Amino acid sequence: MKRIALAAALVAFALPAAAQDLKICVEGAYPPFSQVTNAGDLEGFDIDIANALCAEMGKTCEMVQTEWDAIIPALEGGKCDAIVASMSITPERMQRIDFSAKYYQTPAKFAAAEGVDWTDDDAGMAGKTVCVQRGSIHQGYMEAVFPSAVLSLYPTQDETYLDLTSGRCDAIMADSIAIQDGFLNTSDGKGYAFFGGDHAVPQYHGEGAGIGVRKSDPDLRDALSAAIAAIRASGAYKTINDTYFPFDIYGD
Amino acid sequence: MEAFCARAAAAAQAGAPWFFNPCLVIDEAPRWATGVGITVALTALALMLGFMVALPLAFIRTQRHRVFDPLVRGYVYVFRGSPLLVQLFLIYYGLAQFGFVRDSILWPFLRDAWWCALIAFTLNSAAYQTEILRGALEATPKGDREAAVALGMSPWLAARRILIPAALRRALPQMGNEAVFMLHGTAIASVITIQDILGVGRMINGRYYVVYEGLLSAAALYMALTGLVVLAVRALEKRYLRHLYR
Amino acid sequence: MNSLAGAAPLLLQGLWVTISVAVLALALATLLGALSAAAKIGGGPVARGAAAAYTTVIRGIPDLVTMLIVYFAGQRLINGLAQSVGLEGIEISLYGAGVLSIGFIYGAYMTETFRGAYLAIPRGQLEAATALGLSRRRTLLRVIAPQLMRFALPGYANIWQVLVKSTAVVSVIGLADLVGLALKIGRRERDPFTYLIVVLIAYLLITSVSGWLFQRAERRLARGT
Repeated sequence: MKRIALAAALVAFALPAAAQDLKICVEGAYPPFSQVTNAGDLEGFDIDIANALCAEMGKTCEMVQTEWDAIIPALEGGKCDAIVASMSITPERMQRIDFSAKYYQTPAKFAAAEGVDWTDDDAGMAGKTVCVQRGSIHQGYMEAVFPSAVLSLYPTQDETYLDLTSGRCDAIMADSIAIQDGFLNTSDGKGYAFFGGDHAVPQYHGEGAGIGVRKSDPDLRDALSAAIAAIRASGAYKTINDTYFPFDIYGD
Repeated sequence: MEAFCARAAAAAQAGAPWFFNPCLVIDEAPRWATGVGITVALTALALMLGFMVALPLAFIRTQRHRVFDPLVRGYVYVFRGSPLLVQLFLIYYGLAQFGFVRDSILWPFLRDAWWCALIAFTLNSAAYQTEILRGALEATPKGDREAAVALGMSPWLAARRILIPAALRRALPQMGNEAVFMLHGTAIASVITIQDILGVGRMINGRYYVVYEGLLSAAALYMALTGLVVLAVRALEKRYLRHLYR
Repeated sequence: MNSLAGAAPLLLQGLWVTISVAVLALALATLLGALSAAAKIGGGPVARGAAAAYTTVIRGIPDLVTMLIVYFAGQRLINGLAQSVGLEGIEISLYGAGVLSIGFIYGAYMTETFRGAYLAIPRGQLEAATALGLSRRRTLLRVIAPQLMRFALPGYANIWQVLVKSTAVVSVIGLADLVGLALKIGRRERDPFTYLIVVLIAYLLITSVSGWLFQRAERRLARGT
């Protein structure tokens, strides 16, 4: 009896790696790309693309929900084999991991209460509290280009929307699509809007969102890049894209 | 030195899973310093303000005031019986949802994570300190109280010169414990965006995609601070509780 | 109010997670505390040193930091060690990380409780047991254990109270415990206050009931003294 209890306890704590072809790290806190439904299921653009790519490559995939902070260490540590979490391809990240070709590219923008007349440069944002997700390209961009703004860091993008509506943040900066669909289009986003123009500096914002893989995995990287091209050509990408967005977010 | 750091960075890129790059930690020394400052400030202020709140409350408890005593007992029960994290979330997230809060004069404070944290920690610490001080006050030997009356001291004078200093002496070990608990408790502030020691540690982890450097350095800093507090309390005990040491 | 009733099953699930994590962690803490106290009392210099290092380090670091280290750094270490040997590596679940870290932390506090309780047993009784020819096993079972339990109970009850409250911190690493669920639902309903109050009341109930149960146990064990 004790041995059964002990075995049960061990199983509860340690889940030995299942025999899936591919494990994919996703975030689950970045609507509309990646979110968790009330029932606890993962859904979103990232999830759909990941499933489409796996189907294209003929592999079975398991989604592993991971915190953004630990997603690259999770990849390096073998918890998953690829990251599909709207991760931008930046030179800084290229030092640690490899990326497939991009699977979409959209600019970043500021958002705040409707009707603010601030200019989106360092002088115009001086002293304003801007909220971004910790560890995102937006944090790096804000720190480098907007040193006079007061930066507030959050573990997830969702939480920046909350504090913008409660008045703790004067403005937020994030991917324009994420803000549009994850916030502005929702009931919480009434009375808020973008201000200023697009922000897309390759040095900070990278070359679009790609799929992260370990540097020791060039075959997987190439297979994923090929699969992306394949679903673009076959129309599977368009089907998924059109479910979420009114225009093609692949960029040029 | 640079050569060492370059080799360390290269090894980190190779992805060795038990590698710790000290250069990363040292480079961010200014941020760590700010983090330490915030942690120390939060702890010290929470303890001191908590004490100022707790002392009158402790007296209310000892006098068994008809109206206020039950109120104090209720306050202590709630704040000692529930987690600090829940108290913090209630003040930070809970209050912010109410329109009348956002329109009040308190909003500039409640809007700010730092003030929310300070308020939560102070209320929590005050509850624990109330009980500690109450116990210490009630342990005053009857003879001391009678002597003060015999000498013709007013209650206020007796409290100020006799009761409180003696109670503080008695409460010293428990207050020392409370100081350590408060220091550890402030780590929760990082959950509401405050860049204290843990906040800096997690930020470094997120920035450089590492796991050990941020967390282990934060742990080391907390241990160092705890050690300092323990040494300080021991020194105070040696001085003020000299009569108890054989 | 409707949404509160609707969320009740989910919240009860969170309550179950909280309580089960606390109970399992208590079991682990008791085990570690007993081993560590035994090492400190009767062990050689190495064992004593290890126990001392364990209690000093753990009590010098905040709960949240320990939890994050166990979950993130522990996972990476295990995977790394496994990889170097060629194995797949075990995945530490959020639940497991919560139980392990809380158990680990409060094991350190239990050490002092058990050690103090053991030292409170009058030496004369142990000498009498030897004089009467009782075996070590008999002494442990009949003389030491009952009194140890009685002396350790107040400290043990105290640690339980602190442990139960510290389970709230598990929500920070993402475990769907009572606090985590209440926040998630509260945010969705744009009413975190109500749900957090529910959590507050739940914890007050847990600590009150626990306190009452332990008081009864103390009185029972002190019968006849």
